Amino acid sequence: MAGRAQPVQQEHPLALRPSAATVGVVGWLRQKLFSSPLNAALTFLALYILYLVIPPLVRWAFIDADWVGSTREACRREGACWVFIRVWFERLMYGLYPREEIWRINAGYGLLVGAGALLVVPRFPWKHWVGVFLLVVYPVIAFYLFVGGSLTVSLVTLAVILALIGGTAVRLAPAFRDRAWIAGWRRAYPVFALGALAWLALGERLLGSAPLTVSVHLWPMVETRLWGGLFLTLVIAAVGIVGSLPLGILLALGRRSELPVVRGICVAFIEVWRGVPLITVLFMASNMFPLFMPEGVNFDKLLRALLGVTIFASAYMAEVVRGGLQAIPKGQYEAAEALGLGYWRTMGLVVLPQALKIVIPGIVNNFIGLFKDTTLVLIIGLFDFLGMAQAAASNANWLGFAIEGYVFTGFGFWLFCFGMSRYSQHLERALHTGR
Amino acid sequence: MRQLIRTLGILTALCVTVVAAADAGTLDDVKKKGFVRCGVSQGLPGFSNPDAKGDWTGIDVDVCRAVAAAIFGEPGKVKYLPLSAKERFTALQSGEVDVLSRNTTWTLVRDTALGLNFTGVTYYDGQGFMVPKKLNVRSAKQLNGASVCVNIGTTTELNLADYFRANRMTYKPVVYEKADEVVGAYDAGRCDVYTTDRSGLAAQRLKMKNPDDHVVLPEIISKEPLGPVVRHGDDQWFDLVKWVLYAMLEAEEYGVNSENVDQMKAGSKDPVVKRLLGLEGDMGKNLGVGNEWAYNIVKKVGNYAEIYERNVGPRTPLKLERGANALWKNGGLQYPMPVR
Repeated sequence: MAGRAQPVQQEHPLALRPSAATVGVVGWLRQKLFSSPLNAALTFLALYILYLVIPPLVRWAFIDADWVGSTREACRREGACWVFIRVWFERLMYGLYPREEIWRINAGYGLLVGAGALLVVPRFPWKHWVGVFLLVVYPVIAFYLFVGGSLTVSLVTLAVILALIGGTAVRLAPAFRDRAWIAGWRRAYPVFALGALAWLALGERLLGSAPLTVSVHLWPMVETRLWGGLFLTLVIAAVGIVGSLPLGILLALGRRSELPVVRGICVAFIEVWRGVPLITVLFMASNMFPLFMPEGVNFDKLLRALLGVTIFASAYMAEVVRGGLQAIPKGQYEAAEALGLGYWRTMGLVVLPQALKIVIPGIVNNFIGLFKDTTLVLIIGLFDFLGMAQAAASNANWLGFAIEGYVFTGFGFWLFCFGMSRYSQHLERALHTGR
Repeated sequence: MRQLIRTLGILTALCVTVVAAADAGTLDDVKKKGFVRCGVSQGLPGFSNPDAKGDWTGIDVDVCRAVAAAIFGEPGKVKYLPLSAKERFTALQSGEVDVLSRNTTWTLVRDTALGLNFTGVTYYDGQGFMVPKKLNVRSAKQLNGASVCVNIGTTTELNLADYFRANRMTYKPVVYEKADEVVGAYDAGRCDVYTTDRSGLAAQRLKMKNPDDHVVLPEIISKEPLGPVVRHGDDQWFDLVKWVLYAMLEAEEYGVNSENVDQMKAGSKDPVVKRLLGLEGDMGKNLGVGNEWAYNIVKKVGNYAEIYERNVGPRTPLKLERGANALWKNGGLQYPMPVR
């Protein structure tokens, strides 16, 4: 019995060692690269192409490149002129944002990275609160950090907003579901919500002035026309991504709704926005929209672009999510109904968690596409990451270094897109969608 | 539904009030706001460009700074809005900018049908040719049979065809979509000649591997007068922007520049200089600004020569000679109307 417990380590006397040609480096080479004459030829061809491309590239980008200096004279033009990137680095990152205010952008980044890091820490106890912070509090803080200026808030308006959020939470929270007064609140809620919204929309106009205001002025205002570089690209992408997902989910649900009006509106919305190219949407938002408005009334150009990008991306997102919804077997809906769940609970607790898990690759695909599409804001005169590189390369003192700018921005975009792709693969593994 | 109609009604009423508010003159608006909104390009060498510090530079930019100097005595009171070629006119028409200073060619259609007014010419541009030095070509008349790199679908392409037809010469067009492609093809030797506006030639030449191997031929085959644009129908503002340019030219003509302007103001006996610098007459008042207007322009932005030299002149990388942009006295086209 003792022999059984021991693993068999001795080789069978008749067993032969594998031939040296099938294991190790040689075996790998033979199997993967030279398994047939054709494959061998293709391998040599690939090596030859690499030989043609790699050495000149390395020579251009590293060996012959110029790294130090601060003027165009520092570049001998034999290899890449990274001096150009160094001199313009701040502009490429922050656009025309005033230099003494750049710390605000960095603070915004820092806060985001810090909170994000807490989410990644395994078994961090207050993850929910960090999530709430990132989705609700952070955008407000970031907005004031990036825009700044005097913020005048009416205490009444603030109270109405808080009451609206609180009232809605009470209306929806499961904790109060069995209380006696909840039925009354449900009946009163539509009136309350409409009243609050109406006040927010028109209250101050009707009164002529905002009652009980408090003013905050921590740092000067930086207009969005000065935003640019990678910062602007990230802002547009983040707003587009964060905005398009919930909107897309609602649209997808609406498109599968049994109420004909809701369905009709959603189908029309999706098909219209999916049917026009993004460049047209941006162009309309930038050029046609101001003509429809009376002279002197101007929406912020960046705001128009953000709206355009979000709406456009949400139409695509809706179709991705709809794909996931269709993949959920009917039994799941029926089981949820049998448990007595209403529409929103069926969707929120049973269907959507499964559907969204299935379509993670599609969603991230959309995000990556959206991230790269942000460069189109160039045509409406915003200096995003790429636009800033082009503006830099057309400065009279730095003409002729466009390639360095393109290589640098291309690498930047690749880093972000690759990061998103890796993160989505991690999510898929973590959520076991592969099955 | 009734609610919807009522909401729409309220919105319309709001819009109408806003229109009424915006109807005042541009100059009054600008004074009230405290800054000039200036539409510029997204980056054209020497004309309007952000520099590595994030400040705007260029001839077109200096025009806006001069307008701000005339109104506020402070050239920094400008907000720049980079505009693409397609959106520039909309931005002006819709009131997003007060003045469009964005290398815009003055043409009849733009001046009339678009509801705009050109206030003058800051830079006389025109289409020219560039050839490699080794071809030993001295004049465009020697280009018979040459292959020419040109942007497709531009007026440049049409001007090229006109010029060769008028001179009974033949050529082989080599066309590309983007300016960078055209330059790349020319630099790689795929054509003998490269043609675009002369200020553009100067800029593109710097992108070549060896800029000194190429020369620009003397012929100019098209007219491209570039100037600031304002909205049609606001004569006061139109006058101001127009005279800001004249003041810079007049200052050059009478030898007033940013360095000697204080000296001139204190000691000059020339009545023209005295009128220009606000010592005599009510020039500024007639324009709706202070009488120090031209003094502030010259002191804080410079006269036309200084602006030219600083941005595109022979000592900049662009190395553009004054040519047609010299004063009329020196054989150029720049002729300021008398400030009196």
